[in-house]
Amino acid sequence: MTDIDFSPLLLSLKVAAISTVVVFITGVFFARLFARKHFFGKTVIESAFMLPLVLPPTVVGFALLILFGKHGWIGKWLLEWFDVQIVFTWIGAVIASIVVSFPLMYQSAAAAFDSLDNRLENAARTLGASEWRVFWTVAFPLAWPGLLAGLVLSFARGLGEFGATLMLAGYIPGKTDTIPMAIYFAVEAGQMEKATLWVVVIVALGFSTITWLNWWSRRNMRRFTDQNRNR
Amino acid sequence: MLEVSIEKRLSHYDLKVDFTVDDEILVLFGPSGSGKTTILNTIAGLMQPDEGSIKLGGKSFFQGKKESLAVQARNVGVLFQDYALFPHMTIGQNIRYGMKRKDEEHTFVVDQLMQVLGIQHLLAKYPHQISGGEKQRAALARALATEPSILLLDEPLSALDKQTRIECQDELIRLHDMWKIPFIIVTHDLEEAEKLGDRILFLDRGNIIDEK
Repeated sequence: MTDIDFSPLLLSLKVAAISTVVVFITGVFFARLFARKHFFGKTVIESAFMLPLVLPPTVVGFALLILFGKHGWIGKWLLEWFDVQIVFTWIGAVIASIVVSFPLMYQSAAAAFDSLDNRLENAARTLGASEWRVFWTVAFPLAWPGLLAGLVLSFARGLGEFGATLMLAGYIPGKTDTIPMAIYFAVEAGQMEKATLWVVVIVALGFSTITWLNWWSRRNMRRFTDQNRNR
Repeated sequence: MLEVSIEKRLSHYDLKVDFTVDDEILVLFGPSGSGKTTILNTIAGLMQPDEGSIKLGGKSFFQGKKESLAVQARNVGVLFQDYALFPHMTIGQNIRYGMKRKDEEHTFVVDQLMQVLGIQHLLAKYPHQISGGEKQRAALARALATEPSILLLDEPLSALDKQTRIECQDELIRLHDMWKIPFIIVTHDLEEAEKLGDRILFLDRGNIIDEK
């Protein structure tokens, strides 16, 4: 096990981190936009957001190929205008991660914003705060535990993404070999030691993130409630 | 002077009221569900009437759906039921949240306000660390620190025990004498209505049925 190449770990972290940032911003944006609003088509849009959660990863990968492939709608345009190719690059892995983890972020953020006490935001408005200020000083900080949960879940989901990534980014050692890819192709090649190492790494990563999140949210739940302070 | 003449279709009845308020304490009295809070919300701008107009001292708040002033621009102070203090901010941060000016003169006014309300020692505490009566005073200070042109109070004393309630009633009357702006207080406690109100409007199912 001396000649282990650690690039899959770094690549996985890079892909998951970038995708988490994108998903966090867009997820929070849409969740806030739709919170407590009832409009025609909301259910349809939300169902579309949730779709990657229930579809087989191969279907998501297929759809992404159609969109981002050399002849795809977006892929063609990116190639012509920016000379950028998505398929078989690590950016493809990022896009696959974004699509599969967005539903988790959106759902957590929507639940967090919906459960806010509406009167607190109204109080801020009567005190003269603009919608922008209401968001940053009241809604965001109070929704933060839920938003953080979404963020961590998205990151963990991004780390573990395999199916759609395989279809869009393929397996190119040193370029698109994230940990899940490395495990699959190590087993294929009969390199059980290498596969075991990566399995241990990803289990440790996943377990510690979730444990940390659970610990953190339990501690935070208590922050603004009476019962625990007086105890 | 506040002039209110509005109509709004609610799920069980139509709200239709017409009244004016000078720099006095007006009490809206009625059973729950009689439309009292809805009236406050339309004045604050948190809800839209279907028709009518709302004017405060010549400034139009609402004149048909197309002409509605944003909540932020109305300069209305609101004391919410259960106070709606921001739980993640200290009492001091809560009170300063809506301050429009931070100059010496205004800081002096706010300091004085906190002195009158006896809450200076609470500034570093969080809302969940103080009592109901203290929360009520902190919320009052927060609403008045914006120097509002009118103060709306939604069941301001209902969450308090009897002793605290009597103290707070006296305090409200004192504050009104100091501030000299219209106060509109919503309550379903007749004794309280009679003690606080210069005038009482009796509401039932969205209509004013009596005035005292």
